[in-house]
Parts: sequence; C-alpha cells; structure tokens
Amino acid sequence: MSLRLTRRSLLAGAGAAAAASPFSFSIARSQETPIKIGFPVPLSGPYSSEANDQVRCAQLAIDWFNEGASRKAELVVRDDKLNPGEAATRALELIESDKVDFLCGSLSASVQLSVNQVASKRGVIYNSISQSDTINEASDFTKYTFHEALNPHMTAGAVARYAFKNAKGKKVAYLIADYAYGTEMLRGFRNVAKETGMEEVAEVRHPLGTTDYSTFFPRIQSARPDVLVVVNFGRDQLNTLKQATDFGLKQQMQIVYPVILDTQRFAGGFAPFEDVIGGGNYYWTLEDEHESAKRFNDAYRKKYPDQGVPSAYGALGYAGVYGLLNGVKEAGGAKTDDVIAAMETMKYDAYKGAEYFRKCDHQAVQSVLILKAKAEDKMRDKWDIFEIVDTQPADEQFLRTCEELGHKA
Amino acid sequence: MTVDLFLLQLFTGLALGSIFVLVALGLSLIFGLLTIVNFAHGQFFMLGAYVGAFVLGMTGNFWLSLIAVPLAVGAVGMLCERFLVRPLYGRGIDYPLLLTYGLGLILLETVRILAGTQGIPFNTPPVLSGAADLGFFFFPKYRLFLIAITAIILVALWLFLERTSYGLIIRAGARDQEIVQVLGVDVGRVWLVVFGVGVAIAGLAGVLAAPIRGVFPEMGVPVLVEAFVVTVVGGMGSLLGAVVAGLAVGVTVSFTSFFYPEMATLSMFLLMALVLVFRPRGLFGRAGLLG
Repeated sequence: MSLRLTRRSLLAGAGAAAAASPFSFSIARSQETPIKIGFPVPLSGPYSSEANDQVRCAQLAIDWFNEGASRKAELVVRDDKLNPGEAATRALELIESDKVDFLCGSLSASVQLSVNQVASKRGVIYNSISQSDTINEASDFTKYTFHEALNPHMTAGAVARYAFKNAKGKKVAYLIADYAYGTEMLRGFRNVAKETGMEEVAEVRHPLGTTDYSTFFPRIQSARPDVLVVVNFGRDQLNTLKQATDFGLKQQMQIVYPVILDTQRFAGGFAPFEDVIGGGNYYWTLEDEHESAKRFNDAYRKKYPDQGVPSAYGALGYAGVYGLLNGVKEAGGAKTDDVIAAMETMKYDAYKGAEYFRKCDHQAVQSVLILKAKAEDKMRDKWDIFEIVDTQPADEQFLRTCEELGHKA
Repeated sequence: MTVDLFLLQLFTGLALGSIFVLVALGLSLIFGLLTIVNFAHGQFFMLGAYVGAFVLGMTGNFWLSLIAVPLAVGAVGMLCERFLVRPLYGRGIDYPLLLTYGLGLILLETVRILAGTQGIPFNTPPVLSGAADLGFFFFPKYRLFLIAITAIILVALWLFLERTSYGLIIRAGARDQEIVQVLGVDVGRVWLVVFGVGVAIAGLAGVLAAPIRGVFPEMGVPVLVEAFVVTVVGGMGSLLGAVVAGLAVGVTVSFTSFFYPEMATLSMFLLMALVLVFRPRGLFGRAGLLG
C-alpha cells in the first residue's frame, strides 16, 4: 500500500475526522433529525456496573439499526441515580427538552414505575428493562408500556421449579431484601413451594444495602433448611455470598437466587459463587445455540475488546433498544401509534432466540435460563463462569393470565 | 430462642462489633487528638482495600499487604495533613470538615477512574478460610482473626500513647498546644504523625474488611456512617469509648437482626439517639472537645 498522500485521500480523511467530531451532529441535523431514544439508568450507585454495561450494549443496538438506515438513531443517556424522583425528572427532561421519540431503561422496580408514569402521561413509548410484576398489571399498564425484562413471576417460578425439584429435602428458608423486588420474587417462590409441598422454616427480611449479613445467619442455620432462597441484587448479592461461604452455609444448604449476576461474579471471584443456582435472562454461551446471540456477542467483543463478554443485564439494554428500533423498522417510521401496532404483532430475535410482546400487557414472552456457578477447576477460561443447567421455554403458560392482571379480554 | 442460639447470636454480634471498633478507630483517634472530623475516613478505608488488593495481586502475599497498606495509606494521609489540613488549624472545626469531605470525593472519583466502577475480587486468604470449631458452634476463622488483630492494634495504640515519650507529647499537645510549644516541641510534626497514624489505621481496616465486604469504590460510604455512630456513642475522642461502643453497636445490630431483621441497620441509629438523650457527650466523652 502506498503512503503517498493525495488531495483526494486527505479530503476523505478530513471528512472522516469531521464525522467523528462533535460537529457531525449539526451536519446530520441539517439533513434529518435522528430518532432519539432516552436511556435513564443508575450510572452511579450500587448497580453502576450493571448500568454501565447496559449503556454499552444499548449503543450496539443503535449501531445495528444505523447500519444502512437513511434516518439514524441516537441514544441519549441519563443517570437516574436509582431514585424514582430523580428518574421522573430525567424522563420528563428527556421528553420535553431533548425531544426523545422513545424511552428505554431503569434498573429497579420502583424507578421503572415512575418512568412509566411520566412516559404514559406524555404518550411516549417506554420499554422497561428491569424486573417488575406491577408494570404488567392493569393499574400501571398503558398502551405505551412495554416490558422487555423478565418479570419476577416467571423468573422465580422457573428457578423455584428447578431448585425445589432437585432439593435434598423439603425445607426452605428465605433471606429477602426488604423492598418491592424482594417481595415480588418471594411471592413467585412461595407459589411454587405450595404446589410442590415445600415447608417454609424461616423468612428473614434484611435492609437494602446491608454490609454485614452474619447476624442474620444464626436464625437461618438453626432452622436447618435444605434450600436457602436469597433475593437481593448488586453488591448485596456478592456480600451475602462471601459471608455465607465463610460461615459454611453452603455445606448445610443449597443457596438459590432468582437472578444470579455475572457482573458480581466477575467482581467477586469464583469462591463466593461456587455451586450457587440462579436464574437469568441471558448468558453469553447461548451463542452456541442462537445465531442472534453470536451476532450480539461478536459486536460487543469488537466494539469493547477490554470488556470481555456482555453481561445479562447489559444484554437487556441491547434487547430493549433493539425491540423499539425493530418496531420502527416494521412500522416504517417512528410515529408512536404505528410503532405500538408493529411491536404488538412482531416476532423478534434480538439476542437469545424468538420473543414477542403479549398483546394484553406488552410483556416480552421469552425463555428463562437456570444457571449454576462453576468451581474454579471447571472453568475453561476466565469468562466461563456459569453452566446453563436448564431452560424454561418462551411460553405464555409461565406468565400470569391477562385476567389475573386485571386486563379486560 | 435456645441458650445455644442466644450465645451464637451474642458472639456473632461481638465479632461484628470488633469490626465496628476497627473501622472507627482511625476516625476516633484523629478526632480525639486533633479535633478534626475526618470526613475522608471512609475513602482512606477504601484506598486501603485497593492498595491491599494491588499488593496482593502483585505478590500473592496477604501478610505483605497488611504491612504495605498502612505504610502507603499513612503516607498519603501525611501528605494530606502537611499540604491540605495544616493551613486550616485554628480556623474552627468546619474548615477541615469541608476540606476532608471534598478530599473524600476526589479520592472516590480517582479510584473510579483508575480502577473502574465494577470492583475487584479479594478472597479470604486460604490459611484463614473455613470455620473453626468453638465447642458449641462453628465460626469463620477469618472473623476470629479480625477480633485478634483488632485487639493487637488497640494494645499497640494504647502502649504508644500511654507508655512512650512520644505518646506523652501527643497527649500533652492535645490538652494544651501552647504550653507544649513553649516547651520547645515542634507541634506540627506531632500532628503530622497523629494524622498519619489515624489514616494508616483506616487503610488497614479497609484491607482487613475486604475479604468480608468486597473491594469497590463506594465501599467507604457506609463505613463513615458506622465509624461516626461508634465514635458518637462512645464519646468523641475516647479510645475506650470506641471499643465499648463498637461492641455495643454490634450486639444491638445482632439481636435486632434476630427479632426484627428489617430494622437491623436502623437499630444502630436508635442506639445512638438513646445514648445522646441520656449522655449527650457519649459514654466516655470528654467535655469541651468541640468548644
């Protein structure tokens, strides 16, 4: 290849430089305004590692859409600080001053309900990417509400059926973070416990963000459960497992999580997580089965070579934005009512196999993975942390019925 | 509640209390002797954990990190005292308070930028992992080790302050700075050492707590709160107070966790409120420290 500079190559280079600079925005604007997706997530605080990966993945969905599109899409990221009030303000700001076309994001049940309320009032489609049962219910649902994440009913149900079936005995204890996420998950586990004849021997609710769990253990240990269901998230999950491992709880009982976090597993090492069972929406080895997972992982590896593999919660950022933009593609434009109609009927395979939004509550019908954390000697490399031990298929029978949720037929 | 369970809950509370003592010591020392409320205490704690994880990663030796951390973090503390805190002596208690608060924010963001927001693994050293048989129950070896090392730090600190001539100068300086100065002692150097030792202990507590609490940028935030509660309950600036209060807070949290787990975190603040109602200076506080 010649290194000789020509006027033409210099101009092309300058053009590329301009496209990569902030000035490219005004150039693009002069042609056509981009489709804007507002993305409020808790960039600071205890769930920051999950939230930051959501931003990385959401950007990949934007890239996927923009390839060959005449009207480009753009992500507008805001920090909701894991606070419902802050999130409502940011959402309103995104709608009013940033003029976003859609909203996607949030990483807490209460935050998403507050964003959903703002979006619904303003007639903006919101695709939520964190777990909640309430958002499916008629009282909070509007036609603008979509829910790409799993919900506690389907997640806890899937994990409970697997864990209780494979339990050594019939006694179950619960250690639950004392907020909406914990309560909704607990309900899911209890439903299955009743069906499968499990006996509840202890329920302990711990404050959110506890740093030391040792003082909750004596009561749990003295109840001698066969299965300990722990429901907490983020760093609470890592600290609980670190300390439970030290206290020898794993020798006495199987620890089960509705959602086991790859991000915390990477942050905490293998020892605390070894042998723990939990649910998940995604794990990167799905790429062995699904073309879409492979495409998503490869895009991630290419754009973020230092980050390894996408996390499960990060992947929801991708799927959430993908769902909206797939709707735009199918509708042939970004007009709200057209996109709603398209999203209600489309089948899509964003990253884990086929999914669709159920008509009555706009819940994404999808598979739930049952994962088991690997011991160090079973890992092939440092990213090989979980084994998929079972999969609950994408099927409406695992959701609460539309009538149960209060939707009229 | 059986006797066995009661004893286990009590012992778990005392063990937790010794961690509270450990995390509060640095704050209490600096306040007691310099009357500076070190709001960067939690971030020095966090810095200790990160330096410890770094040394552990480089050398694979946990004990080496226990030596390196107080030296490194203490040195950072001394630099902060010399160039940031010293110009503020004699200007009222709120100046160093605001300064250390800002310093804490800077330390937090610096670590986020340099080491990432996700946190890094820090496992219990193999020789201390697993549980020991205490007769009527099993207890993690690492927590027993923490109780022992907290006791060692306390004894060493007490001997340093009460039995060495340097300790005598420090105590005298805390009582009456001017007289000590008139006697020809360089008080500035004394304050430098005290601040350095307090920060070094905060850093040491960070690396010691890392196997239990993990290592991540925000790990120091609850620590400042815990250390504050212990210091206020024990009486601002009293080492004995910090020990008694730390254990009392641990036991309070432990029994609340058993009977009313949702209130576990809140219980330490209730204890603090109660103590303040009946003993506004805390259990062992001296008069006039803030005056």
